[in-house]
Amino acid sequence: MGKILEINGPLVKLQLPETVIGEQVRVGRIGLVGEVIGRDGDTALAQLYEDTSGLKPGEVADGLGWPLSVELGPGLLNAIFDGVQRPLNAVREKSGDRMARGVSVPSLPRDRLWHFIPDPQRHSASHVDGGDTLGTVQETESIVHRILTPPLVHGELLDLAPEGDYTVEEVLGRVKLPDGRIEKLHMFHRWPVRIPRPFRKRDHAVKPLITGQRILDTFYPLLKGGKAAIPGPFGAGKTMLQQQIARWCNAEIVIYVGCGERGNELTDVLEFMPELKDPHTGRPLMERTLLVANTSNMPVVAREASIYVGITLAEYFRDQGYDVVMVADSTSRWAEALREVAGRLGQMPVEEGYPAYLGSRLAAFYERAGRVETLNGGHGSVTLIGAVSPPGGDFSEPVTSHTKEIIQTFWALSKELADARHYPSVDWLESFSGYVPSAAKWWAENIDPGWEAARAQALDLLAASEELQRIVNLVGVEALSSEQRWTLEAAGLIKEGLLQQSATDEVDSFSSPEKQFALLSALLEIFRHGMRLVKLGAPARRLIQMPLMAQARRWKSQHKSEDLATLKAKIARIPAEFEQIALDYEPAAPAA
Amino acid sequence: MKNIEFRTAVSAQGGLLVMGGVAGVSAGSRVSLKDHVGNLRNGLVIRSSDDAVLVEVFEGTDDFDLERTWVRFLDEPFKLPVSRDILGRVFNGAGLPRDGRPPIISGDRRDVNGEPLNPAARAYPREFIQTGISAIDGMNSLTRGQKLPIFSGGGLPHNRVAAQIVRQAKLLGDASSEFVVVFAAFGTSHADARFFQESFEESGVINKVVMFLNLADEPVIERLLTPRAALTAAEYLAYDLDYHVLVVMTDMTAYAEALREVAVLRGDVPARKGYPGYLYSDLAEIYERAGRIKNRSGSITLIPVLSMPSDDITHPIPDLTGYITEGQIVLGRELFNQGVYPPVTVLPSLSRLMKDGVGKNFTREDHPHVASQLFASYAKALEVRGLAAIIGAEELSDSDRRYLEFAQGFERRFIGQDEDEDRSVYETLNLAWDLLSMLPAESLIRVSEEELAKYHKGSA
Repeated sequence: MGKILEINGPLVKLQLPETVIGEQVRVGRIGLVGEVIGRDGDTALAQLYEDTSGLKPGEVADGLGWPLSVELGPGLLNAIFDGVQRPLNAVREKSGDRMARGVSVPSLPRDRLWHFIPDPQRHSASHVDGGDTLGTVQETESIVHRILTPPLVHGELLDLAPEGDYTVEEVLGRVKLPDGRIEKLHMFHRWPVRIPRPFRKRDHAVKPLITGQRILDTFYPLLKGGKAAIPGPFGAGKTMLQQQIARWCNAEIVIYVGCGERGNELTDVLEFMPELKDPHTGRPLMERTLLVANTSNMPVVAREASIYVGITLAEYFRDQGYDVVMVADSTSRWAEALREVAGRLGQMPVEEGYPAYLGSRLAAFYERAGRVETLNGGHGSVTLIGAVSPPGGDFSEPVTSHTKEIIQTFWALSKELADARHYPSVDWLESFSGYVPSAAKWWAENIDPGWEAARAQALDLLAASEELQRIVNLVGVEALSSEQRWTLEAAGLIKEGLLQQSATDEVDSFSSPEKQFALLSALLEIFRHGMRLVKLGAPARRLIQMPLMAQARRWKSQHKSEDLATLKAKIARIPAEFEQIALDYEPAAPAA
Repeated sequence: MKNIEFRTAVSAQGGLLVMGGVAGVSAGSRVSLKDHVGNLRNGLVIRSSDDAVLVEVFEGTDDFDLERTWVRFLDEPFKLPVSRDILGRVFNGAGLPRDGRPPIISGDRRDVNGEPLNPAARAYPREFIQTGISAIDGMNSLTRGQKLPIFSGGGLPHNRVAAQIVRQAKLLGDASSEFVVVFAAFGTSHADARFFQESFEESGVINKVVMFLNLADEPVIERLLTPRAALTAAEYLAYDLDYHVLVVMTDMTAYAEALREVAVLRGDVPARKGYPGYLYSDLAEIYERAGRIKNRSGSITLIPVLSMPSDDITHPIPDLTGYITEGQIVLGRELFNQGVYPPVTVLPSLSRLMKDGVGKNFTREDHPHVASQLFASYAKALEVRGLAAIIGAEELSDSDRRYLEFAQGFERRFIGQDEDEDRSVYETLNLAWDLLSMLPAESLIRVSEEELAKYHKGSA
């Protein structure tokens, strides 16, 4: 038992001998929880997850004996947790609409019964290893929760409960460890959030994550098990884009971490998700979703923890063999929480007040993404998408620049595009993806062998139009040759007919890979036909005025992904439209 | 403890006072100080150990005589007494009356820091507020429970715009949906404060207004308390008395500067431009108190006004604000100099909640598309205008010239309106179609073909 010596914001100096760094502590009469971050002789420094006002020097403090851990078991999906995995709905029932301090509620519901079906391979007196599947629980209609042996437990399985209904706390079985001790198994186990969960080995990421967003999937793909960043100034549509990814991506589990962001955005997710259907399974999206919410007005230390809580939950589902996407909005707020605590500790600031270890912490965090062979020989992946909120939209600031070195896919959002309400405002010149070769294999095998070439051609067109636009801004469009004008027009067609995508339009919100490729190749076909005519001498102005040009810009919102037949019929008519005009310019065919 | 007077001040500098030899003082506790002439001052414990207690004194510690300063630790956080009687009253930044009337006596005293709202208890704001200003209603609409700041600059008419919103705000099709107003001014001039007071009096809402004033020549540290006291009053009105509360705060820049001043005194590590690293969290504590709660009928809509230092939107104060609030209304000097009122620069303006509060079932089915089309067409028109400045308007193509006319009409007729002109959202939308009809129908691809047929004046 120790006591409080000094209170300074969220940092509390304690007299607490024999504590270890990382240990959870309970402090003061109201029982605020925090973790030890430093020790000096008999005194320890702890950061508390809750507001410290009202604490007094001399009040009690006690070590809890374990580091910050999460509970892993059935009851996670469909839930909303705070930054230290307190279930917000249960907290609300207990303490009302506001977050009262010192409330202690178990993360997983203790009274709920789950129907457990033991794995047929497990029987008494057999050997179990860490990460082995003991059995399954149908957690939601679309997700089977595999009950795993805790990673560090292995030995002889003495007994395992038969099929039946159990709470998470009931003993499901017992394992005799190599040292002779008996370990009880439950439906859930704890894992410390700051330690990555073990796996057998890393695999290559091979499949693209399909988000249904054309500029992402077609131009800057991300793989399942990859890491991506979305930097953007405020108002560029970061949150919208992340919500779109969380809604439509073809992962099996989505973990959305609201780290220091707006409360209403999480409410939006909470209200919206249950109404939406997963385009891949047809089930409500909420069944595969889990939210971790530490809004900007909640205590800053728990904000720092929330990212680790999220990634540990993601790894747990990965270990069950699922493809998991974790969206972290925003890693900048996490870095700022780091900075705030570092500042109070008096650590030497390096860039913009951030501590020197910012880069290594960020890198270590992103390294927890990946596709792996799990301990039980299965395969699962964690895809990590981190939003970055650079101050003033300046991408050279520390968090953005460090992140850029770590990630493989960079979806840079542009204020200029957002101001013109071109959404998603992903800048096609600033963004990049290191996964294009791997994604190309998948597209070639599953959609069309011409994908890589078409993508490259479209990007060339966009780059060329950027050059031309500069000329136009100086001397006007009349100074361009017909070929150049047509290039500019075709790039505009790609921007408006393909890259721009409305999140609020029912049809346009999600594009299947088939639809994405159909649109891309159709627009390129228009470009090629037009270019042929221009070379024959047709003025670009005449082509630009073709009704087809306005119609093609609307195709994206007129044809559903499930119903591409009518779109393909329209595309098939493209050559005929140009043939009409070609008659005027082609050298007359010799009379038959 | 709260009845013991300590006279153990060790040092005083700026607004900070160090007390020695006081054991067991609670963090965040309110402090009452009596100086050598017997005047009472208020303070707050910001750091506490048995050896030394650091106190932030709101009225400052200038002219302190350390040996003759008596300090009491009240052992509770700053609290604001609330009752129905606060309507129509004027308080200072710490919640004491400044209108010469007696203080509020109430058994109900609320911690001004509030407690963070459980995200699971929030209800998503969806009800469209008609402000009668086209640039807002048409393109960046306000929703009940939203926090939507006005980004302005020195000399721009942000106060007039804020006052006009307060006068005209109403829910669509619900005449009884009146707002009560909580007005907080910190660091503003007496003239600005009087402007608001007179505006409230003229429009007859003064009995539904609670004012918290900390003016430019009053104690700086008290500014840290002013928005919190105002929001505590707003929360009481909204969630206890079921009012819809419109909170106007001005000027957030003065608040952030006060925060910086105190942070420097405390020796906090500065992040950008000398502002402390926790400026974001601190602003969020204020802004996030806007909103709605499930199963409660009241709401808090927050309109903070902030002047961007040197009109720079990337300055930490507007920048961090923009990351927290649900959009921003940006006022621009260029439009203002051309005599356009309200000088709303629409392209960098944004309302994040607009998508869920307009359109079918809310305003009119074409509203979201019209807004998007106006943004796209005006952005294009500005490009053309830039071009015309270089090559001359004569060299422009026919279609470009139409864009030039569109830009002119849009700025004069759509954005520009009178200070007492209260346009309904339907008038705003019809006006938008009048302007869009200046452009060829085939270039308007953000609106649907049906809408073009129905509203575009040039369509057959």
